[in-house]
Amino acid sequence: MSTQIETLLKSNLTTTVVHNNIPVVEIDKVNVYSKGHHILKNVSTIIPKNKITVLLGPSGCGKTTLLKCLNRLTDLYPDLKVSGSIRIDGDNIFDAHKDITAIRQKMGLLLQRPYPLPMSIYDNIAYGLKLKGIRNKKIISAKVEKHLKEVALWDEVKDRLKTSAQRLSIGQQQRLCLARGLAVEPEIILADEPSSALDPISSRVIEEEFIKLKSGYTIILVTHILRQAKRLADNVIFMYYGEIIESGPAQQVFENPQSEILKEYLRVGH
Amino acid sequence: MMTFRRKYEERFFRALSFLFTAIIVFVLVQIIWTVVKKGFPSLSWQMITQEPKGGFYFGKDGGILNAIAGSFYLAVCSTILAFVISLPVALFMNIYLIRYQRLLIGIRFFLDVLWGVPSIVYGAFGFTLLMYLGYKNSLGAGIITVAAMITPIMIRAMDEVLKTIPIGLQEASYALGSTKTETAYKVFFREALPGFATAILLAFGRGIGDAASVLFTAGYTDHIPHGFSEPTATLPLAIFFQLSSPIEEVQNRAYAAAVILTVIVLVLSVSARLIKMKK
Repeated sequence: MSTQIETLLKSNLTTTVVHNNIPVVEIDKVNVYSKGHHILKNVSTIIPKNKITVLLGPSGCGKTTLLKCLNRLTDLYPDLKVSGSIRIDGDNIFDAHKDITAIRQKMGLLLQRPYPLPMSIYDNIAYGLKLKGIRNKKIISAKVEKHLKEVALWDEVKDRLKTSAQRLSIGQQQRLCLARGLAVEPEIILADEPSSALDPISSRVIEEEFIKLKSGYTIILVTHILRQAKRLADNVIFMYYGEIIESGPAQQVFENPQSEILKEYLRVGH
Repeated sequence: MMTFRRKYEERFFRALSFLFTAIIVFVLVQIIWTVVKKGFPSLSWQMITQEPKGGFYFGKDGGILNAIAGSFYLAVCSTILAFVISLPVALFMNIYLIRYQRLLIGIRFFLDVLWGVPSIVYGAFGFTLLMYLGYKNSLGAGIITVAAMITPIMIRAMDEVLKTIPIGLQEASYALGSTKTETAYKVFFREALPGFATAILLAFGRGIGDAASVLFTAGYTDHIPHGFSEPTATLPLAIFFQLSSPIEEVQNRAYAAAVILTVIVLVLSVSARLIKMKK
């Protein structure tokens, strides 16, 4: 334990320890406004390393917005005004001097439905590697195979790596998007209701992947499906109308809810 | 229950809509029929493989190869020039300016106005520019003028294609660590390629069919141009000049030119639509 604290101090990280885990993401007083609406209200929380943290809450409560703040995709939306600070490995991502592409490569992203790049299956995965400056074809091929195997897609596509990724089924596309994200070796996986467009079998595959991946990655999963949250979560952040109502280890949040609104949400099971 | 009046109203307006639709279709068919009827008999191997002999206005022999070749040189070059200009502009609007919606609305309005400016105005502009620079009527001047005319069309057509790309694809590209330029040229460009083909054909069709913009700028000649500084004939002007001739053989050349031009434009619009449908 003492050596752990020592390394923490050396690496200049904040030494807040939550559930005995090192925080990778520290969100501090984040406010988001859109056209006068207050979408995120003074949100502060910490997301621990190598756990699945589930952002839970009804539709429109700000879960997705919070997720998009983490890799500054909020930059794309002209109406969103973001303030506060988000530290990832101690670096404030809103710092204007930071290289945003490098920050984003620390995070893989899975969206509600898959968006394969308009190129072949192989190139979808090679794309991120080439952005990282990897030119050696052998290394690229090896990584393509490794990550396709990681998401259990290799056997289905190994004979047609050069065909367009857009011809895959939607479940395969979502797994390809996961593999594509993993190929750039992120620390964090951001997933925004990744199984909402998938059939039950494909979504089960994605869920199983998450459980396998959590030893090496920090996973932040947005969902409004209570059962999915219960299956996967180590840590839960429950949001309602732009505020964090409750957060903590999954067991504590699900079995001993404090607020009326969370009790209601758990009762309705929706 | 429908009253008698509402029933009557419904029938009346349906009949009216049908009537006007029929008139439009009839007029269109008539135009194409007239062009084909008058032009088709004049179409011959000689017509499309020879330059006019003895002057395009009085000479009875020869064909309209000068105008066919001239029109293709002009339309192809000006489409390439317009594409080179339009591509970065359309991508810039949809990647870099996406946060500045008001500015975008302004730019789109401005381009729509340019789209609507009559081509004779572009012709006059090109002519003024020529005078100012001290150049004479030439293929090069025609290319620049036509490119100026079709660039706003191409930008807006590409812009409409890029607008339909889902924001999720943009997010996915940025999430992998792409810069804006990489997102523009490696992701958006490929995604929009079929739509861009439609935009290019649309602009090409507009360029090849326009008479007014080349009237003052490209000149007219009996020969195929051998360089950008030589004047060139074009199909629209071949119709315009030769139709007014008193000699029947010359008039027939005008109708032949009209058939060829109509067929080219029809093929272009049909293929543009096919590409769109396939997508």
